[in-house]
Amino acid sequence: MRRRFEIVVSLKDGLLDPEGKTIQDSLPTMGWTAISNVRVGKHIELTVDAETEDEATTLVRDMAERFLSNPVIEDFRILKTEEVR
Amino acid sequence: MKPRVAVVTFPGSNDDRDALRAVRLFGGEAIPVWHGESDLHGAEAVLLPGGFSYGDYLRTGAIARFAPVMDAVRDHAASGRPVLGVCNGFQILCEAGLLPGALIRNRNLAFICRRVNVRVETSRTPFTSGIEVGEVLEVPIKHGEGQFVAGPETLARIGDEGLVVFRYCSPRGEITEDANPNGSTENIAGLRNEHGNVVGLMPHPEHAVDPDVGPVGGQPLFESLLSSVLATASS
Repeated sequence: MRRRFEIVVSLKDGLLDPEGKTIQDSLPTMGWTAISNVRVGKHIELTVDAETEDEATTLVRDMAERFLSNPVIEDFRILKTEEVR
Repeated sequence: MKPRVAVVTFPGSNDDRDALRAVRLFGGEAIPVWHGESDLHGAEAVLLPGGFSYGDYLRTGAIARFAPVMDAVRDHAASGRPVLGVCNGFQILCEAGLLPGALIRNRNLAFICRRVNVRVETSRTPFTSGIEVGEVLEVPIKHGEGQFVAGPETLARIGDEGLVVFRYCSPRGEITEDANPNGSTENIAGLRNEHGNVVGLMPHPEHAVDPDVGPVGGQPLFESLLSSVLATASS
């Protein structure tokens, strides 16, 4: 079977996100004054061929932990997964 | 005997030529090594140069650490022989887990290209063995992702084990916020591993060896390295 995954990698809470902060600081100048806590991350989509859903998820989690994210500075979560043809 | 120093070129490295030249300038034999090779040609020391390996995709250094040559670099480091990572080379060593922490986007989001001063914090590495603690070196930086960060436990270990090798400082050696170009935690510009043989730093010693074209703060690092290698070889 073949599954599609969407993974989000974001900087750990508490770690200053310079890009998020710069976006946030620019919002009031355009009139958006009610916005706080802007964080910028990465959105990664990929397709996995595996025997079972469990096998595919284990593979993606392993890849996300060891390569797609750096555990020193980042967290990841699987946003969405669905079977595809 | 001429000490042999390997300089690894990854796709996107761009400071490899200056590194090779600096090694030769101080009497070493400079050995260019391509990232796809599996050995370091018997070099006594290895240098991972700056640049933008693999386009800095995913994270700086994240892809380079899987290059075939990195197994040889890991073995070299594990055997206690000298490994130096400069700028992107430092980022690669952190991604490879050979040095603690990580380097993220500069605090001000800008690519910074200018001279800085760094204070030497330890002589217990082959790259600083000939330099006194407290000495101030003038060297250039040129990076977009040089802000050093680490979790609280890692930072405590870095402090306890004395792993900081260089800190950004004023020309007089004061560790101040003004002297911190990129927001690095505790002004950290360079680190070593527990054994001291693996060192990484964001500033560029290889660009600071020739008085005709800039500051010369890199000279004592190359002098230290080459004399450490000679001392080890003759002992």
